[in-house]
Amino acid sequence: MEQSQNKSSLEPMSSNEQKGSFFFVHHIDIPLLLGLMASLFFSLFVLYSASGQHIDMLVRQVTRTGLAFVLMIFVAQIPPRFFVKISFWLYLLGIILLILVELFGDISKGAQRWLNLGFLRIQPSEIFKVVMPLTVAVFLSRSTLPPKPVNTLIAFTLVGIPTVLVLLQPDLGTATLIAVSGFIAIFIAGLSWWWIAAGTALVGAALPVMWNFVLHDYQKQRVFTLLDPSSDPLGAGYHIIQSKIAIGSGGLFGKGWLQGSQSQLDFLPEPHTDFIFAVLAEETGLVGFLILITIYCFIIGRCIYITLNANSSFSRILCGAFTFTFVFYIFVNIGMVSGILPVVGVPLPLISYGGTAMITLTVCFGIIMSIHTHKKISYFRKN
Amino acid sequence: MFGKKRHSHDRPLFSEKKKKKNFQNSGSDDNSNRAEDAGVLIFRRRVYFCIGVALFMIAILFANLYYLQIISYKDYQTRSNENRIKIVPVVPTRGMIYDRNHVVLADNVPVYHLVMYPNKQYDTKTTINDLNELLNLGLNDHDLEHLLYESKTRKRFSGIEISNFLSEQQIASFSVHSYRYPNVHVVANLKRSYPFADIATHAIGYVSRINQKDIDALSAQGKLDNYEGSTEIGKLGVEKYYEDLLHGKTGSSEIEVNSHGQVIRTLSFNAPESGKDLILTIDIRLQYYAQEILGDMKGAIVAIEPASGEILAMYSNPSYDPNLFVRGIRTKEYARLLNNPGHPLINRATQGGYAPASTVKPLLCVMGLNEKLITPLGSFFGHPYFKLPNSTHKFRDWRAWGHGWLDLYRALEISADTYFYDLAYRAGINKIHEYLDDFGFGKSTGIDIKEESLGINPSRDWKMSRFKQPWHLGDTVPIGIGQGYWTSTLMQLVKAHTTLANKGIVRTPHLLKAAIDPVENKRENYIQEEDENSFKVSDKSYWDHCRLGMYLVVNGPEGTGRRAFYGAQYKAAGKSGTAQVVSIKQGEKYDASKLKAEHRDNALFVSYAPFFKPRILVAVILENEGGGSTKAAPIARKMIDKYLLDLYPNGYMGEKNPKFVKLGMGGTVELQ
Repeated sequence: MEQSQNKSSLEPMSSNEQKGSFFFVHHIDIPLLLGLMASLFFSLFVLYSASGQHIDMLVRQVTRTGLAFVLMIFVAQIPPRFFVKISFWLYLLGIILLILVELFGDISKGAQRWLNLGFLRIQPSEIFKVVMPLTVAVFLSRSTLPPKPVNTLIAFTLVGIPTVLVLLQPDLGTATLIAVSGFIAIFIAGLSWWWIAAGTALVGAALPVMWNFVLHDYQKQRVFTLLDPSSDPLGAGYHIIQSKIAIGSGGLFGKGWLQGSQSQLDFLPEPHTDFIFAVLAEETGLVGFLILITIYCFIIGRCIYITLNANSSFSRILCGAFTFTFVFYIFVNIGMVSGILPVVGVPLPLISYGGTAMITLTVCFGIIMSIHTHKKISYFRKN
Repeated sequence: MFGKKRHSHDRPLFSEKKKKKNFQNSGSDDNSNRAEDAGVLIFRRRVYFCIGVALFMIAILFANLYYLQIISYKDYQTRSNENRIKIVPVVPTRGMIYDRNHVVLADNVPVYHLVMYPNKQYDTKTTINDLNELLNLGLNDHDLEHLLYESKTRKRFSGIEISNFLSEQQIASFSVHSYRYPNVHVVANLKRSYPFADIATHAIGYVSRINQKDIDALSAQGKLDNYEGSTEIGKLGVEKYYEDLLHGKTGSSEIEVNSHGQVIRTLSFNAPESGKDLILTIDIRLQYYAQEILGDMKGAIVAIEPASGEILAMYSNPSYDPNLFVRGIRTKEYARLLNNPGHPLINRATQGGYAPASTVKPLLCVMGLNEKLITPLGSFFGHPYFKLPNSTHKFRDWRAWGHGWLDLYRALEISADTYFYDLAYRAGINKIHEYLDDFGFGKSTGIDIKEESLGINPSRDWKMSRFKQPWHLGDTVPIGIGQGYWTSTLMQLVKAHTTLANKGIVRTPHLLKAAIDPVENKRENYIQEEDENSFKVSDKSYWDHCRLGMYLVVNGPEGTGRRAFYGAQYKAAGKSGTAQVVSIKQGEKYDASKLKAEHRDNALFVSYAPFFKPRILVAVILENEGGGSTKAAPIARKMIDKYLLDLYPNGYMGEKNPKFVKLGMGGTVELQ
């Protein structure tokens, strides 16, 4: 069928159609690509300001982004069935790496997150941001949907193993993201509401246990601080207070690019990574937030469109999970920076400085593109 | 749906019905088709649900942002400004203090402190230890511990002072190595310095660290804001009395700081108003001379210009170095000052209450004449002693065999005690109290320092409230020779004698000559507030009679001060006084050698010159030194000689712009 499309593209048609077909052949989704590029373009401005006008940092980020985009295009070329094939092995590799981290990992900021391979330092927990929805999607799409109770249990176990391993590092933020991405996949696949109700009850019961036995002191402190930042203004609450001051003082239009006193005078913690949203909100105000949300909505909207039009249950589950995990990232980061969620180390997707997170995201978008552009068009042509 | 028919390669449209059809058609098996159909339906619902959740999340974020950025905008804007904008007080430069010839008495010199801003990147302890070794700061373990404690408890972004008073050598060696200590800075500020050390301490006073008491006092007066950032305040003497003039007005500077407290830039600057420079009436050369001639003797000298009340010298011996207090006096040093038997901390000129003794006889003569109790030429026979009617108690004259026939002049010249016993007895304590009050005894002289005691101007009421005893007649008699309950400070004596020398014109003794605004160069002179006619007598000539008596003390053949003033190149007047410190028993003789040193007589002498238009009046008190005429009079003479013959021989008040000022012992001071 693709060949017929090729043929048709050779026929005289409007340039628009031709272009569309060219990218379709090369498995690139134009609207999604444009959306991503818009957000990255936007990010460069914020990053320049947040890094203290560090041009080196900007160049490094542009380089990484470029590499990440190349990787995304590359991933988009791979047919989805390939991901289905390797998903189990990826999952197994990820688990092994997580265990290795637990045994030999480098400690940074009080947590073992990095695995030093000598030539490369990798963060295995990051792999699961991609592999988790993928594995769940592959597993559940093998049988009929909605999933049977047995399959649901197995799926939850698949989600549970890496989550617990990451929790042990300890990295509550990433563990939450992995668990949520897996859960979204199961949910979209058609998880029974009964399960959800039961699970909610179970979590409600487990929370006190978690609080007492699982959470580390610093994590508890973050929760306390969230509830009342002013209780510890010079300690843990300092970051939240300064971040809120930065955002609040931005007002409707902001203080102007490079003019944010909170950001430029070092009052914000990690202004170029986790707290970059505070810089954006201070310097561009509520308007800046709306612009960012518009760009995000465009990307999300396109992804939802792809999800709804996906032609297999595997594709649907995977796209949906990626899409709504992306939404969840945004919510967690902005919520954390603006003081409605605890401080967990989650960067603002596509905006924060850092290569790993960027690569993870572009791989996800690459897979989405791949799914969209490798559809058997014959399905729709028959009618 | 329209596109689908027209373009064969059209992408699937977003339509549920079509979807179902598609899947139905693509399925191979009917059952699986139906299952898949149900799966797709659930999937779609789930996606819609997720979209709902996503929209809800975005709504929450928007609502929160709206709350922060629009509703609470003002609040956060204020807090943001408070974060970055610091208002730093700019301490005004304290006014300088000069003597009457513009010799600097109190200076502001730059001192250097080593301040560290603790920083996570550098270990505080190692830094302090390194610097201690490098600069020989001499910090011991205790100091180190204290500094470490301070670094933990300090206010956010404020520095800790590792060392103050760095020497130039230390500054030099620090600046060579400063690149290794980016969080350590040398901070300069101005500290008070008194170049003449102990010469004029009691007059100038000193500044020292503001303590809690000062803070309370300042806040009670509503002046605390003006001391924001200041570390020192006048504690004594002129420094304290004219604190408001000297301190100036604190300015402020709005600066932008980053989260480490580093100053990024200055936003606005409100210049401070420098304190006023004070010119004192003191001549430091005369002051120095007073110190020189007093030597080891405990006592005080006050020299004043009677016509104006300007104090030319006020020296109390022993004295002490005020610079110790500026630097922050150590406990040991302070204990040494407190326990010194010479009591250097006391200003003997204004705080020491002494029996004025015979020096007050001329003043009582004024009373006697004005009250018509005596006449200048009225004869009185000077017995060896005076006895009250119906009493056996003998009030002895200083000369065991008496003086024979006396008139007022001779009574003063020879300082006949019986004449004044009689006068006091006849005047009565009420009259005496009244006149002494007019002369300024028992109350403040109005001098512009706060360290002043009031002395005692005795009265019936005073004795009743002090001792719960009625006044006896016998109490009145010794008042006639300046003894008994009567105590006076040297300054009060000076003021009273100034009134006499001025023939009734009362002058408040004062140290301030003028205050100069250093910026506008505006000069404000001291305003004498004393009423010129405050002391009234019925006949002006009474003054002349008493002054003549004092003239004879110095120039008469029997004058008690004649030896001391022998060969003087000017006409002086004076009065000696020898004050008993302990009473001598009836029938016993005073023998200095038998008494303990601190029970020996105090020597006093008051004199002024030239006689007709006095330019200087000198009062001397020497504690436990013996006779006024033998010990104190030569010192008064020397002071007057120095002033009239050496310092200002041409009669005018100093050269217009002297370049050098000669001090005693051959030293000179270059003037500004």
